[in-house]
Amino acid sequence: MKKVLSILLVLVLCLGTCMAFAGCGGTSTGSDKADVKVGFIFLHDENSTYDKNFMDAAKAACEEMGVEYAQKTQSPESKKCYDAAVELIEVDGCNVIFADSFGHESFLMDAAREYPDVEFCHATGTQAHTAGLDNFHNAFASIYQGRFLAGVAAGMKLNEMIDAGKITADKAKMGYVGAFTFAEVMSGYTSFYLGAKSVCPTVTMDVKFTGSWYDEQLEKEAAQALIQGGCVLISQHADSMGAPTACETAGVPNVSYNGSTVSACPNTFIVSSRINWAPYFKHMITCVQDGKAIEADWTGTIETESVLLTEINEAVAAEGTAAKIEEVKAKLLDGSINVFDTATFTVGGETLTSYKADVDTDANFEKDTEVIENGVFYESKFRSAPYFDIEIDGITLLDRNYG
Amino acid sequence: MTDTKKSKHHREPLFHIVKRDDLPWWKAWLIRISAIVIAILLVGVISMLLTKVSFAEVYEIMIKGVFGRLFEGGSTTMLWKFLQETAILLCLSLAVTPAFKMRFWNCGAEGQALMGGLASMICMIELGDKLPYPVLLGVIFITSMLAGALWGVIPAVFKAQYNTNETLFTLMMNYVATQIIKYYVYIEGGGSNTIQPVATGNLPIIGGNRYLLNVLIVAVLTVGVFIYQKYSKQGYEISVVGESQNTAKYVGINVKKVIIRTMVISGAICGIAGMLLVAGTDHSINTNTVGGQGFTAIMVSWLGQFNPFIMVLMSALIVFLRMGSGKVADTCALNASFADIAVGIVILFVVGCEFFIRYSVKFKHSKKEVKA
Repeated sequence: MKKVLSILLVLVLCLGTCMAFAGCGGTSTGSDKADVKVGFIFLHDENSTYDKNFMDAAKAACEEMGVEYAQKTQSPESKKCYDAAVELIEVDGCNVIFADSFGHESFLMDAAREYPDVEFCHATGTQAHTAGLDNFHNAFASIYQGRFLAGVAAGMKLNEMIDAGKITADKAKMGYVGAFTFAEVMSGYTSFYLGAKSVCPTVTMDVKFTGSWYDEQLEKEAAQALIQGGCVLISQHADSMGAPTACETAGVPNVSYNGSTVSACPNTFIVSSRINWAPYFKHMITCVQDGKAIEADWTGTIETESVLLTEINEAVAAEGTAAKIEEVKAKLLDGSINVFDTATFTVGGETLTSYKADVDTDANFEKDTEVIENGVFYESKFRSAPYFDIEIDGITLLDRNYG
Repeated sequence: MTDTKKSKHHREPLFHIVKRDDLPWWKAWLIRISAIVIAILLVGVISMLLTKVSFAEVYEIMIKGVFGRLFEGGSTTMLWKFLQETAILLCLSLAVTPAFKMRFWNCGAEGQALMGGLASMICMIELGDKLPYPVLLGVIFITSMLAGALWGVIPAVFKAQYNTNETLFTLMMNYVATQIIKYYVYIEGGGSNTIQPVATGNLPIIGGNRYLLNVLIVAVLTVGVFIYQKYSKQGYEISVVGESQNTAKYVGINVKKVIIRTMVISGAICGIAGMLLVAGTDHSINTNTVGGQGFTAIMVSWLGQFNPFIMVLMSALIVFLRMGSGKVADTCALNASFADIAVGIVILFVVGCEFFIRYSVKFKHSKKEVKA
């Protein structure tokens, strides 16, 4: 019995000490002046480059705006996303909810119907403009502009190789590792190719798909296969380090995505494009603060600084790359260049004059909207998520993967 | 006297372990409850050390994470969410309990529930617009139970006929079920790897609350399993087979029949859990729909000593810790795996304390006390 008593005593002492420490702790959260609290729902956590990009932007934007925020990581694309939204609203008192993954959409809309007073924003989604929900919004960025600029850097590098006699002009073939044969990826590699073509007219490109957004081994193997197939420069649209490291091993220049890979690939990294979500986060916070409606679709551009290029690795990039990129960027900004100008590419040898894209989500993937006006394919105009899904001349799809 | 013993250079170990005689029930429970309390305190200390949050705040966050703003006059939404999670875990625990009582280690609740859920999903998609709603509900209910029962009875038949190892067999069946779900999601969901929520064949929402029906169904099941185990002839047969198969044979119980029958029941209840998840709340399915709770249920059943009413408390405790520590992880920017760690700590303590219920530790000096 004595023992029981002594154990109890020790417990009480422990508890007492802890309680005493309790006084010293205390969290310091931002000022409470704003009546906005944002709840973020992330698919994975900071170990995924995709989610980390969102998480960093969320932190930066909320701290800059002096707004409180809460987050829920590891929220799969299932009812768990709905649960996460409910928890952020009911427990943390959030009145703006943001989710970062495509598959979150339906589950987030479910929550949006239940909480009409809360604003729901969703990255990469496609349904907001047809959902008829005032409090549900989609957002994306015109990353095709960033990829076009990165493509210019790639084209410059190819020109350098041609000038140095390393390859002949007809051997200027690039390789591209994509995740899926979806519009989001197709829009990306096409803009990258067109960027390169704008400075190196003889360029061609091979594309391979891995069927996964994150599979280091598959991405590595795809990059190696492309290099063996004669590609002299590689870029990718998938989230692992697979392709960049394969390039570093083989000594083949690489244009990266999601952020700089220069520390791991100092001898092959040229430049990388990425989406900066902070401008959108600030926009949605401001809208709620001012009581303004958030657009059903919001597309960040290079103008809003939603589309960024990392620093150029001068050791690998061709001379004058930075200046050329600045020049093209200025032209994109003033509208004298359009990424998907139909004069710059052909489909089956013909110039496109009309194209209907699948903009409105439906079960049959019906092509419903005319997207070519005045000789330009207007990407991300009729909804924020990309819908460019045309296979143009000069690009060869070595395989296809629709998931 | 002890001095003379020591002088013989007989080195006595610092402590030794003695099997206890039967401990009075209240002492056993005192040990269990203190184990839980110590484990919860330990979770608090670990959270405090990993974050900048104070010890008291850890529990404040936990309680808020589970019950929301209920105590500040807020809505009961989170409370219902807590009840729902508890109900599902309890349902799976109820399912494995009769099998466990029979000493049939059913580690396949996960797969059995997934198959039940899959049956619901297929009915919702394929028959959703073909059958009148009440008929559809009946079909969903029956097919889900059958699918779960089928997944449970396969290992049982092999155990009864060929005495195969049921632990391995049921475990393997989980993987088969997971792969089947994966394939189904692939063909039904296309490239997005998700099946969009299906609007047809959803269980009715009663009282304007999307979780109430689930909670009620599991409450009825709890009472049902209790009565079945305690008062029915079949329940008694299960206990006899569990105590000794030879005794069972001797008194004329058909052991094979009992094994198969019990696993049909076990699997069918898992099937119900799957249905509650898919037709009741998720309206969609993926490999993670049951989320490993089929394994947690094994612990709950053990911790609850196969008593359905104690299992209610154990499920509630585990769900509380899972939701609460999940909230701590989110609030303090810890990794989401922290919730698993917290639940793991508590389970470790509770399982560990059973050792101290069966055995007592005698220290060197305590012997002196005894002799004195």
